[in-house]
Parts: sequence; C-alpha cells; structure tokens
Amino acid sequence: MELSFYLVQLLNAIQYGFLLFLVASGLTLLFGIMGIINLAHGSFYMIGAYLAYWLTGVTGNLWLGILLGLPIALLVGYLVERFAISFLYQRDHLYQVLLTFAMILIFNELQQILWGTDVHGVAIPEILAGSIPLTENQSYPIYRLFISAVCIAIACGMSWVIQKTRLGMMIRAGASNREMVQSLGIDVNRLFALVFSCGVALAAFAGMLASPVDSVYPGMGENVLIISFVVVVIGGTGSIKGAFVGAMLIGLVSTFGKVLLPEMASIMVYALMAAILLWRPQGLFGRAA
Amino acid sequence: MTEKNQNGISRRDLIIKGAVVTAGLAASSVLVPARFAIGGQAKVKVGILLPYTGTYAKLGTHIRDAMLMRFAEANNMLGGRPIEFVDIDSEAKPAKAQQLTDKLIKKENVDFLVGPVHSVVGMAMVKMARGNGPITVIPNAGADQLTGVLCAPNVFRTSFSSHQMGYPGGPAMLEDGHKRVVLMYWNYGFGKQVAAAFKKSFLPAGGTIVKEIPTPFPKVDFQAYLTELAALKPDAVYTFYAGGGAVKFVKDFAAAGLKKSIKLYGAGFLTEGLGAAQGDAAEGVRTILHYADTLDNPANQRFRAAFKAATGASADVYAVQGYDAGELILRGMNAVKGDTGARAEMIAAMENAVIDSPRGQLRFSKSHNPIHDIYLREVVKGENRVVRVAAKDQDDPATGCSMA
Repeated sequence: MELSFYLVQLLNAIQYGFLLFLVASGLTLLFGIMGIINLAHGSFYMIGAYLAYWLTGVTGNLWLGILLGLPIALLVGYLVERFAISFLYQRDHLYQVLLTFAMILIFNELQQILWGTDVHGVAIPEILAGSIPLTENQSYPIYRLFISAVCIAIACGMSWVIQKTRLGMMIRAGASNREMVQSLGIDVNRLFALVFSCGVALAAFAGMLASPVDSVYPGMGENVLIISFVVVVIGGTGSIKGAFVGAMLIGLVSTFGKVLLPEMASIMVYALMAAILLWRPQGLFGRAA
Repeated sequence: MTEKNQNGISRRDLIIKGAVVTAGLAASSVLVPARFAIGGQAKVKVGILLPYTGTYAKLGTHIRDAMLMRFAEANNMLGGRPIEFVDIDSEAKPAKAQQLTDKLIKKENVDFLVGPVHSVVGMAMVKMARGNGPITVIPNAGADQLTGVLCAPNVFRTSFSSHQMGYPGGPAMLEDGHKRVVLMYWNYGFGKQVAAAFKKSFLPAGGTIVKEIPTPFPKVDFQAYLTELAALKPDAVYTFYAGGGAVKFVKDFAAAGLKKSIKLYGAGFLTEGLGAAQGDAAEGVRTILHYADTLDNPANQRFRAAFKAATGASADVYAVQGYDAGELILRGMNAVKGDTGARAEMIAAMENAVIDSPRGQLRFSKSHNPIHDIYLREVVKGENRVVRVAAKDQDDPATGCSMA
C-alpha cells in the first residue's frame, strides 16, 4: 500500500474520532460532572436522528430540522430530569442504571409507535453535498469535513463554558460538593436540570448531525452507547479534554486496527481501554479518586 | 407521518381478529362440543414467532401481515377448520429463542409453527421442532443448516438458503464482465455462507477474488474498509449487508466516489425495500434475489395490489415469503381436509406443492428448501428492476441432509 493510502486512513481515523467525541461529549457531561450513569444516552442520540429525519421531511431542510429539533430535545431532557432522574441523585448508581435502562425500552417503543419500523435516510443539504477528490478513485464528502468542524467548535465551546464562565464554575462546584454549593445559595436543582437538558440536547444534536451519513433505524442508539462509555472511561470521567483525546485515540486504533489487524478489529478498542485502565485507573485526564 | 399506517395489520387488529375467531369458535363449540364431532370444527393453532421490535421489526410485520392476508383470502379456514393464532415477538434475540419456542410447542401445543427471521433464532427453533414437533414453516431465516444437517420431514422453508444468495452471484458478475472482485460482508454465519457459496461458482468459472473483507457485525463504520477497497482497485465488489447497515454502506460507497470505478453488487437485501432511504446513492447497484417489485406476472400484480390495500405498505420479498408460507400451510391442510392427524399425507402434499407465487413458480426440494428462479436486478429510479434471470430453478445442495 502507498503512503496516500495511510494518509486517507488517517483522515478517516480523525473524522471518526470527531464523530465519537460529538456523541460522547454529552455523556461525559452527565456521567463525569453530575455523576449520573445514563444508559439512555444512545436513545437520545436515536431521538435526535429521528427528529432530524421527521423535521427535515416536514420542512424540507436539514438546518430548519435541527433548529426545530433542538428545543424539543432540550424539553425532553428537562422533563426526564424533573420527573425521573432528579429523584435519584442521593441514591446508589444501581438505581440510575435500572431507571435509564428502562428508558431505553420506553424510548424504543415510543420510536416505533411514532415513526414505525422502517429504515430511513436523510439527504445531505445541497450546499454541502459535494466531495473532494483524494486519490485517483476515491473522494471525500464535504459534509464529513463539516461535521469535524462542528465538533471542534463544540469542543471549544464546552471547555470555555465549563472553565471560564460563572455557570461553568457553579457546575464544577455543584459536582464536587453539592451541599456546600447549596448552602451558598445556589439553586442546585435548577442547575442540574439545566446541565442534564444540555447533555440530552448534545446527544440528540449528534444524532441529528450524523443522520445524513448514518442511517436512521430502530435500535441505532445501542450501537453508539457502549463506544461512548469507552471514550468517557478512557478519557477520565468529567474531563472534556479527556473525552476529546479518548475519542481521537479510539478513532485511530479502531481505523488502523481494521486495516492492519482485521481479525482483531472488534476487540482492539476494548483492549486499548483495558490497557489504559491498568496503567491509569482514573482514565487519562481523570482526577484520582 | 404516514409510517404509522404502514405498520399494516397492527397488534390491535390482530387481537380483534383473534377475538372474532375465538368468539365464533365459542359459539360453535356450544353446538359442537367434541373435537372433530362434525367435519372438524375444532380450531387449528398457528404459532407465529417473528420479530416485531428491533432492526428486523419491519421484516417480521410484513411476513405476518402477508400470511394473515393469505389466510383471510381463504376465509380464515384451514381445511374447513377455523384458525387460532398465537403470536409472539421473537425480538430476533437468539438468547430467547429456546424459551419462546418451548412455550409455543409445549404450552400452547400449536399445530403449525411459523418463524423466524433471524438465522440463529431459526437454529434454536428448528432443533426443538424437528421430528415430532409442529409442522414448521420458515419464512425468512437463511442458514444453510436449516434445510441441511437440521432438515426434517416436518420443517419447510419458503424463503431461501445462504447458498441461493451467493452461488448465482458469481456467474452473473462474470457475464457482466467483472473478473477481479472483492468480497465484503458482515462477519457472521449467514455472511460467511453467502461468501463461500459465491466463491464456489465464481472461482471455477475463471473469476479472481482480489480480497475478502469481512466486517464486524452489526457495526456500520465502513469508511476504513472503503478506503482499502479503493486502494485494491477491483472491477467490482460483491456484498452482503441488510437493513440499516445496507443503507449506510450504499450511501458511504457513493459518497466516497467509488461508483465511478467499482461496480457494486450484492445479495438482494442490499437494496430490498430501502429505496427511499438510499435515494440516488443506490442508482445502478445490481443485486440478486428471488423476487423483484417489478416482476411482470399476474400473481405478483394481484399480490402487490392486495397487500397495499390490506396494510397500506408496499410489498417486498419478506411479504412474499410470508404469503407463500400461508399458501403452503393451506395446501397441506386442504389436502387432508383439516385432519392434522394425517401428518404424513399433509407433509407429502406440502412437499409436492407447486405454487404460483408472486416471485414466479415455487417448488420444494427433497430437503424442503425452495426451488425458484433467481433474478439479477438493478436499481433504476429507486426501483429494483429485473435485468435478467440469473439462475433458472436455483436449488440448494442441502449439505448434510438425510432426506436429500
């Protein structure tokens, strides 16, 4: 194989890493900062993709679809937090696992009632529909590059909000010592509702953005759930930087694993996770417990 | 949201229908308390084990709806006896297959067993049903073993074997002038069997397999493999992907600009019933299958219109397989006038059935696998159109079957 082959694969790896980060960023927000194990994260991804499919069909435009879909996702997140998750902050993680597992089943059933069992596709918006030639017979879709750009923007935006703003300060404080923050007069309940809604909206946004390059089908969320957890665990819980590095690492290992060691392709990622956890049990950028 | 209506005969409808059947039965049983007292008025139990949730949900619903449609056309009578359905969601989960089959066979004591979609569920089911179990009709699952080493007099299949999904592909591609071919498929039992069958016809006829690229099932990240495919520069690629994976593969393949230099072929699932989701990306893709929407025969036209009217959805190969499963059961029961005790006679009637199916003529081999024509199809304007018959009366070798 020539050098160009490996360069294209490198591009594939980075692009896959960006997609993973987009999905995992919402999870690290909930899991790392709020300490919630949210198994329904994949379901929110699926809801996003179906919203994009449905609203793009109604409005005829993916951008409008995303614009209309985001408030819906925020609302779903808010309702889920208020009526379900908020009762479990003081409880053991096992309760959260049970609750969010139940949500997977409920959202799958809802999806089927609302949108049926067909496989759907979403068209790439006209303006980004082209592709750039890479080698003599392969080209790269512009839309995939666009996704990468959006991911970079989200990564910067998130770390800015969390590190530099007052809201971010409250979130970080609330996560490390809930009672203390409460006694300082900050409404932690409202704060957590906000963060949870944002986490859900991020997952849904990932689903919307990925819908034109993925296919929209029942159960699609389960495929991204496990890998998102792997990203968060490798990166270290609660670290946006960690999620980013973790996603890139997995992108690289998974892409080159497929090409160089095809027989091992499906276990490479988990082997990487195991190795990293042996070396640093708290993850690459996690704080030691 | 028209999809709501496309679910076809909903679970509620089924319950209502079941209730009507049961009510009629209750009324009749007042007059005729004993089984077979007059002309066999006792109900025939048909157990259905199909997936209604998950990736294969649409396949399951189409198979069931079409089969119920066939029964409804016969006034819901099998050999003069009313039908009672026991309908169970298999969820296409191999782990649950044994328990659910057990429930249908031992607890419900069904006379007929119809299912499943997933090959691994099928293996578990057939292992329990073969021999003394209910007459079993498989309307989809394609594992070669089901009518191979696991074949049995009481087990029939109205769909296909893996062999029939791969073997006719080789000569079809050679005839189209493609000699250097890459094989890509989901790396599990069915995918491997399809690839093996493809090689069996392709290699001896002078074709070259440049490389085999098995990809992890059910993952859909194809980008790295497509880059590899581009670097290999074959004439064409033969694939097995289905459902969401098929939509993504066809779109990624087109987006990577590979359509210009590499011709995309595959087992029919690659484009079957996925036209709306794949859009332009599927144009020109060629597949082989025992059915095509546009087949120009009266049975197909009548069937497609009736299915559309009954369910609101467009018929596909899965619906055809369900419809033929209903037909096969009807043939058996009518031959023995509803007497399920005349098992050998019923099996003989089913074995010798020649069905004027929407797919064309359908017969059965000694191992009870379909013998039917395989078509080479091409997607033109979102439709799978027949290019030519790729294999006339395609049979299955039934490896390991003691009946063949």
